[in-house]
Amino acid sequence: MLDVEKVHKKFDGQEVLSGVSLHVDKGDVITILGPSGSGKTTLLRCISFLERADSGRMEFAGTQVDMHRAGKKQVLALRRRMGFVFQSYNLFANKTALKNVTEGLIVARHMDKKAAAEIAESCLQRVGMWEKRNSYPHQLSGGQQQRVAIARAIAGDPEVVLFDEPTSALDPELVGEVLQVMRSLARDGMTMLVVTHEMRFARQAANKVILIDGGHIVEEGRPQEFFVRPRTERARQFLDLLGRENEGGTGAAQ
Amino acid sequence: MNDRILNLLKDSFVQILLPGLEMTVPLTVISFSLGLVIALVTALVQVANVKGLKELARFYVWIFRGTPMLVQLYVVFYGLPKVGLILEAFPAAVVVFSLNTGAYASETIRAAILSVPVGQMEAGYCSGMTYMQTMRRIILPQAMRTAFPPLSNSLIGLVKDTSLASNITVTEMFLTAQRIASRTYEPFWMYLEVGFIYLIFCTALTYLQRWLEKKLERK
Ligand SMILES: Nc1ncnc2c1ncn2[C@@H]1O[C@H](COP(=O)(O)OP(=O)(O)OP(=O)(O)O)[C@@H](O)[C@H]1O
Ligand SMILES: [Mg+2]
Repeated sequence: MLDVEKVHKKFDGQEVLSGVSLHVDKGDVITILGPSGSGKTTLLRCISFLERADSGRMEFAGTQVDMHRAGKKQVLALRRRMGFVFQSYNLFANKTALKNVTEGLIVARHMDKKAAAEIAESCLQRVGMWEKRNSYPHQLSGGQQQRVAIARAIAGDPEVVLFDEPTSALDPELVGEVLQVMRSLARDGMTMLVVTHEMRFARQAANKVILIDGGHIVEEGRPQEFFVRPRTERARQFLDLLGRENEGGTGAAQ
Repeated sequence: MNDRILNLLKDSFVQILLPGLEMTVPLTVISFSLGLVIALVTALVQVANVKGLKELARFYVWIFRGTPMLVQLYVVFYGLPKVGLILEAFPAAVVVFSLNTGAYASETIRAAILSVPVGQMEAGYCSGMTYMQTMRRIILPQAMRTAFPPLSNSLIGLVKDTSLASNITVTEMFLTAQRIASRTYEPFWMYLEVGFIYLIFCTALTYLQRWLEKKLERK
């Protein structure tokens, strides 16, 4: 359903993505793991065209595009079929929770206000934020803001939702509520591409795990295999390091 | 202070206030409104990085911030006729004041736009919106709230700066006061009085600003 092929991206002469390819089927929940600076964010941002890849091809929602050359109209059309959840929520500060969700429906998808509000309310219900629909972002906790952001990302009925470390900016006690929402989306069959450091989520909710390092995919597989019997030395090192960090008590609580 | 002066102050108060309402206020309102439109366009082409226009905008801001307004008034009113462009005094003043306001306010608005976290622009994109849609509906409303206090400052500054238009024969408050002063030989009282009237205008604007700021905050 989403195919990304040989994405290359350099920043200031430094190659951050060196030909990453990715295949996503409908209903997949894929977690992308990797050390800091390995290019996980950059990959998601290239897929959503927030960053322009130097080269690469993408097939998504029945269209083929050159990720470097795609025109404005094409980008707009592709973006309207995906959702993006940011690490820092990025809610529209001048809009209520409800308006955050309806905005894209009304402005970008030309829905009438009533229909948009109905969809928005049901999305807010799904993330457990309906009661807070008239609150402004600054009146909400981080976890609540992120749940509204998830409602906003799924409002346009996207074919895939990209999550960039959706719980990394949260206080540990707020991580659980967001992960719970993501799990329920996964259960409902949402196609998700999730960059995260939450190993429990990767183990339990994902059907595929990808490890990125140095701009390459070094290993991918089903979580049962990846976590129990990693094939590459690099994956073993990565998991060892994580295990040690968790023993040290820095692993995020669920 | 004797009766003669009291009477003089009373009579001249109306004589000065009238051109204030007929000249200073329209001059300020028209110039500031035009200036804001110019400022918004100037700020936007810079923030949006529109090739060519951006450089033009920088050049314009550079010229108008870097030269005295009095010199600009002289160039437009006394200078341009020599190259065939004749403007009446009032329109000449409007041109200079609005271009000046535009230059300063564009920097205020530009900074205010940049103060809105870029993440919201990206969130707009990811909600399917275009650059202009996100700018208009998400970024600018927040930026204008940030820019409101410094823009109010510019407006108050402009009220006082319109007195410079007396130099190009616009009969606004200051020129009127000047004429009364030379007729009555009471420069001290007349200039004090015109200063007082400017003070009233600016005080009123300060209160208006505070009231509007409270209204904006509550939203
Ligand atoms: N806009 C940019 N300009 C220059 N360099 C950048 C930019 N964005 C990312 N980089 C660099 O690209 C590399 C990969 O960054 P990226 O954010 O994709 O890593 P990441 O895997 O998401 O890391 P983290 O786990 O810390 O979020 C880093 O070295 C980073 O410094
Ligand atoms: Mg990242």
